[in-house]
Amino acid sequence: MTRILPAALLALSLTLPALTPALAVQPEEVLPDPALESRARAISQELRCLVCQNQSIDDSNAPLARDLRVLVRDRLQAGDSDAKVMEYVTDRYGDYVLLRPPFKATTLVLWIGPFAVLLLGAIGTFLFLRGRRGVTAGTDTAPLSADERRRLDALLRKDD
Amino acid sequence: MRRLLYLLPFLLFIGVGIAFYLGFQRDPRDIPSALIDKPAPTFDLPAIPGQPATGGLSSAKLTGDVTLVNVFASWCIPCKAEHPVITRLSREQGVTVFGINYKDKPEDALTWLARNGNPYAAIGADQDGRVSIDWGVYGVPESYLIDRQGRIRFKHVGPLTPQVVEEQLLPMVKHLRQG
Repeated sequence: MTRILPAALLALSLTLPALTPALAVQPEEVLPDPALESRARAISQELRCLVCQNQSIDDSNAPLARDLRVLVRDRLQAGDSDAKVMEYVTDRYGDYVLLRPPFKATTLVLWIGPFAVLLLGAIGTFLFLRGRRGVTAGTDTAPLSADERRRLDALLRKDD
Repeated sequence: MRRLLYLLPFLLFIGVGIAFYLGFQRDPRDIPSALIDKPAPTFDLPAIPGQPATGGLSSAKLTGDVTLVNVFASWCIPCKAEHPVITRLSREQGVTVFGINYKDKPEDALTWLARNGNPYAAIGADQDGRVSIDWGVYGVPESYLIDRQGRIRFKHVGPLTPQVVEEQLLPMVKHLRQG
């Protein structure tokens, strides 16, 4: 047991680097200031590569993604805030570059839609169940007649 | 009334089906431009080195008449495919076409123009692609129609085809010239 644990840890530490995806960011793109670089990485992960569409520019090897990564870093070095950099890119490419769509009038259906459908379903279910409760409670079924009662008793007695 | 309620899931299914059918026919590469109806970006690009005759391209040249700005490169195969269409627009259909030469080697661009003809009134060389990012370019070829006030009114991504020219571009040019 004492030997298995270190071995397992070693194996894990050897395989983990292989599991993380290869970085698209090239060494010459990296900013000397680590704080600025980590902001650049965070922004790049939020921006869609328009060539490969379902990758962020941080993941993509496309030439345009590289240009945009460099652009993001240039803007940051020029002193722009994170929001300013995002705005700079969306002014040119639209909301489509944002991997997380913003909450605004044109995206209302996208954000509210699922909850609206859920609510409609809940209302529908509620109305349906309320309608059924009336049936099971027997408010609108007539009580058994004397003849029916006798037949029921006969059937129940037959079982014994 | 109750019976209609039972039809509801079926109707929903039909609705969703139609939405998906139409949705999957759209080209995912066709991203609406954020710049439509906005002024063209301010820029000043030099001419391709070795071809100073027509001068470079700057935003100042884009006002006055309706113009087409075509982003192209010698390494781009669809650009070659659309080149006859661009040439016809410029030489026969009376539309001023400007070129932005995107991330190209000057000698390659010049050879390409010599071989395929040069229909552009002026060409700006965007060697690092920065100006093209200002235009929202994400895949060459792209074409932008600019009105007299220098605003972008129409964008086409991918090679221009005679069909796009006849059905969308030329009617738009006519409309913008009247306005």
